[in-house]
Formats: sequence, C-alpha cells, structure tokens
Amino acid sequence: MKMRLMAAAAVAGMLAATGIAQAQIKIGAIMSISGPGAAMGVGYKGAFELFPSEIAGQKVEYIIRDDATDASTGYAIAQKMISEDHVDAIIGPSLTATDAAVAPLANQAKVPMLAMAPYEYDPQKQPYTFNDAQPLSLIVAKVFSYMKARGVKDIGYIGFADGWGDQVLAATRQSAATDNIKILTDERYARTDTTCEAQALKLISAHPQAIMMGNSATPAALPVVALRRLGYKGPIYGNHGIVSPAFIKVGGAAVNGVIAATSPVVVADQLPDSDPIKPVATKFVKDYMAKFPGQGVGPFAGYSFDAFLLLQAAIPPALKAGKPGTEAFRVALRDALENTHALVGVSGVYDMSPTNHNGQDSRAAVLVEVKDGAWKAIQ
Amino acid sequence: MDSFIFFALLQDGITTGAIYLLLAIGLLITFSVTRVIFVPQGDLLAFGALTAASLQSGHVPGTLWLLDGFSVLALVMSRNWLAWGVYPLVLTAAAWFLAPLEQPAISILLALAIVTPMGPLIWRLAFRPVADASVLSLLIVSMALHFVIIGMGLVFFGPEEARVPAITDTSFDLGQLNISGQSLCVLGSCVVLVAGLRWFFNATMHGKALRAAASDRLGARLVGIDANATGALAFGLAAFIAALAGVLIGAVTPLSYDAGFDIGLKGFVAAIMGGLVSYPLAAAGAVLVGVLESLGSFWASAYREVIVFTLLIPVLVWLSLRAGSGEERA
Repeated sequence: MKMRLMAAAAVAGMLAATGIAQAQIKIGAIMSISGPGAAMGVGYKGAFELFPSEIAGQKVEYIIRDDATDASTGYAIAQKMISEDHVDAIIGPSLTATDAAVAPLANQAKVPMLAMAPYEYDPQKQPYTFNDAQPLSLIVAKVFSYMKARGVKDIGYIGFADGWGDQVLAATRQSAATDNIKILTDERYARTDTTCEAQALKLISAHPQAIMMGNSATPAALPVVALRRLGYKGPIYGNHGIVSPAFIKVGGAAVNGVIAATSPVVVADQLPDSDPIKPVATKFVKDYMAKFPGQGVGPFAGYSFDAFLLLQAAIPPALKAGKPGTEAFRVALRDALENTHALVGVSGVYDMSPTNHNGQDSRAAVLVEVKDGAWKAIQ
Repeated sequence: MDSFIFFALLQDGITTGAIYLLLAIGLLITFSVTRVIFVPQGDLLAFGALTAASLQSGHVPGTLWLLDGFSVLALVMSRNWLAWGVYPLVLTAAAWFLAPLEQPAISILLALAIVTPMGPLIWRLAFRPVADASVLSLLIVSMALHFVIIGMGLVFFGPEEARVPAITDTSFDLGQLNISGQSLCVLGSCVVLVAGLRWFFNATMHGKALRAAASDRLGARLVGIDANATGALAFGLAAFIAALAGVLIGAVTPLSYDAGFDIGLKGFVAAIMGGLVSYPLAAAGAVLVGVLESLGSFWASAYREVIVFTLLIPVLVWLSLRAGSGEERA
C-alpha cells in the first residue's frame, strides 16, 4: 500500500515537473457572473468560450472566477490567483468598485490587469493597471458633440441619486464647459423609485432645449416616460448604461428618439464600411452568435474579447524576455501592453502610452438612437 | 411654481400616498394583533407585481412553488388539509392551465391568490412559534425574513424589472391637468378597500375578533378568541393588501425584486405617524408622506429621502414624550 502511494506521488511529481517545463501561460479572469451584476456577467463570461487555448505556441489556461458582484470577494479571489495560481495576467474585474480593490494588489505583485469597467486611475502610480472599457468622459463627450452640432445651448440633467449619477454629472459638466452648453438644473431620483413626475415637472419648468440623463438599465426609462407624458418635446440624451433591449421593452413607445453613445460592437453591422472596427466587430458578433444562438451581443462580451486581443498581441514580445510564470515575463508583458499601437478591437482602437492605459479615442463610441423598438446607429 | 405644477405634484403625491396608505394599514393590522412589525410586507408587494407580470408573459411564477413548499411545511406542522393541502393544489393546477392564456385580469387575480396565503404561511412558520417573544425579537425575525424573501425574489424573477399589465390605459384632461386612468384605479381601489375593511371590522365576527385581539390580547383569549387564528387572519389581510398594492403600482411603473422595501419603509413612516394604533392618523400620514415626497422631489430632488425621513423625528419625539417611560404592552 505504502509503495503504491509513493509511486503515485512520484508520478504526480513528474507530471508537475513536466508541467513546469512546458510553462503554460495562466490568465485569471474575475467577473461578476452572479448577483445583481449577473445580467452583464453573461456577456463577460460568454466571450471566453471563443478564446483559443494556445497563443504564440504556448498553452494558455484561463482561470475564471465569479466575484458575485462583491468587491471584497473579488479582492480575495485576486489574492488567491496571485499567490496560489501564480497567474501571469488578470482580465477584469468587471465592476469599478472591484477594480479599485484589486488594482493595488496586482500592482504590488507586478501582475498586469485589464480592468473591464470604466475606472479612473493614474498609470504612473498604478503602472500594471490597464482598462479597455470606454471612460465615461469619452462617451459623454461624444453625446455632447452631437448635441452641439444640433445647436443645443442649454440642457437639464436628471440622474440617479447615487455614485453613477454623480459620475455622469461630473463628465457632463466637463463636456458642457468645453462645448459651451449651460446646465440649467440637476435633478435626482433613486433606482427603486416608482415615480419621477415631480423631477420631470421641474425639468420642464426650467425650459431646457435638451435633457441629459445620468442613469442606467431599465430604471432609466422612468424619467423618459414621465417627461413625454407631461408633454416635453425636446431631445433626450443618455449614456451607454441605457443601451440595452430591456430599456426599450420597459419604456415602450415613449423612449422612441432617445439618443445615447455606446460601444461599437453593439451595432457592429450598422457601422460605416470606412470604420476599421467594423470587420473585427462583425466577425466577433458572428462567432459569438454561433456559439450562443438567440443571445444578443452586448458591450460586455466585447470588453472580454478586447482584453484577450490586447494580451494576444503583447504575449509574443514578452516571451522573449522570460518564461511564463516568472516576474520577468510579467514585467515584459506590462511593457508590451503599454506599447500597444493601433490595435483594432471590437470596443475601440487602442493606442497605449505611459500616460494613457486606456488608449481609446472617439472611435470607441458610436451614437445610437431608439427607432421602431430597436437601437439604431446614427450615420 | 404655478398652479398647474402644484396640482400635478399634488396628483402624483396623492397617488403614491394611496399606496403608502395601503401598506400602513397592513402594518397597523399585523402590529396591533400580533405585535409584529411586518417588514417583509414591502417584499410581498414586489412579489405581487412580479408574479402578475410573470403570469402575463405566460410563465408559471416561482412564487407558486414557494407557496407549495411553504404549504408542505405548514401541513407537517398543523395538518390543516383544506388550507395547506387542497388550496395550493387547486391553485397550482389553475395557474398551470391559465398562465398560457396571458389574460391581464386572470394574471392579476392569480397573483393575488398566490401571494395572499403567504401572509398566514409566514405567520405559521416564522412567527407563531415565537409569538410571545418581545417586540424587539419579533422585529429581528421580521428583518431576517425580509432578507430571505428578497433573496428568493432574485432567484424567482432575476434582476430585471417587469411591468404589470395596466387595468386601463385611458387618461383624460381636467383643465390643463392630465389624469391617468391608472392613478384613479389606485385611488378607487384604496377607497373600496378602506370601506371594505371598515365593514369587516364592524360587522363580521372575524373582524370583531381581530379588534378584540388588537385592543387586549389577554382579554380576547379569556373570552375564547383563538390568538393563532387572529394572527393568521391579520397576516393574510396584510399580504392581500401588499399584493394588491403591488399589482396597482406595478402597472404605473416597472418594479424589480428589491423595490418593495423602500415603499414599505414609507408606509411604515405613515403608520408611525398614526402612533402604530390610529388608522385615520396613519391615512393622513400616508398622504402627507406622498405629497411631501412629490414636493421634495420638485424642490430638492437629491434630498427627497432626507426630507421624508426627517419628518419621523418630531413625530417620534412627540410620541415618546406622550407615552412616558417603559410602556410596552405585553
């Protein structure tokens, strides 16, 4: 019995040794697959099914973990990934709060991380953190450029009475200052509110030419329905948080004409042929739909896919500096990510630099409008 | 602020106030009869709305299986075959056959029939075994139940919001003011319910038993009123009222599984204004909360919740001054 055990141990040891000799790349992924963020998690996770198991001749192992939409769980997972699984890079987390929790950990351990939620940070202080989701300011600036072209001079703002409402307002103030548009009033409501009539009345009585919304998901339909019911005729604009079929389903006919900016992948087939993102995004959407028939492609699957594309491009040069699993490899991987140049993803075109670890430009946002019960790209 | 805006705000405030009034009534009934502050009542409101929405889209809602599961447990505990055996079976069969019809009226009636028995079941399973505990212990049980129910809501209905089919989508203009048929439905149901409850409490034996239990629990038992039956009845009424409020408000605005707690809390504020004993004062409180919320949203929308809940402080101070010290009813 003892002999047999020892033999088993020896075989296991040999297997482990060959494993090290083959030196596969380990990529950890932290995503909110369950909990309140589950609706987005489906997309984040789904994209992983499309990733190849080999990059640049190296085997790749993806370690996918669910943080249950909880920052402290995400932190614990990251800790385990770094100290026990010895991952070479982390994709995610997929929530801003979790990104903020995990970033110091990844930077300390020199593990490059690709955050997939809009997350503001200083690349000088957190050199190992990258981000492939459009910064809020980019999305809002796109909406404002459209407003300005349409001759809008003043707007009313309505948003959630929480962090998201504040963030969108900050971006709105910034864009309003550059585009010389006045913000007449700032109204707030809660996600769980059942009525928004009073705020809508206040907005209307300020007589703004247009309304900018700082809300997201289905509760975003509430002020639109109230404004239209009370007879507001001006255009209503929003951020990418509202671009989903569920928003139209809940809002019904009232949300017709609502304009927002979103990730190009959402309307891949409607992009102009001159857009470099179009071929990449349409292929991704086709592959994703083939894998998950009947499921729509939201922006979230695109963020996972772009994180993969960024790593795929950065791994070959990093392999020259060291073997996977070593610090030399991770440092070189970070340097290679920072040198990413004109990489075309499905959510934008990436041009990284030591001062910009997002690297997207205005091509990462596409204007869309609700028309006949669907989101349509504005040409 | 011109008169048009004022009346529009007033209309909005009274409609939401009517919903808070319904919940305040439910809270008062359960508290006065059993001393339980029925926190999960708000969650049952969300259950009512989401169950109706789910039936309307042709699905058999998860709440039905919850009802069946609870009934089996209750059957093991008390062998009441008619209430916990036959009723759930008939209802399950009915839902199974009627859900695919996707008829708004049937969906709403079925939702009421599914959510209402959850009140007595919650009483039987969670509160009756600890019925003699202190008010604080009962409140803790109530809070715990809230989290359990909200968790089940997420499992049954997912994180998305859903809308209940509207009973009517007509609206008409009164001067400048546009009044929606649905908000009249809310007010009408509220009036009918209050009148019905008044008749029930004054004219029926069960209603009188409830009043007796509310005014003196021990005395009621001495004259032969079954405390367990009154408890179950009180919870049943509260659950019915919550489900009704759910299908009413769910047609005005989409609700998610966790939307009920905030509404329940406002109902609680209204009930507190009635000192947790007076129905007319609670009614006035509910309308006050609704209108204040509406005006607050207009003037300073970011501070609306602060305004509503600050209202509680002077009321609580006044109540505790009036009550003196250490007056907890056993």
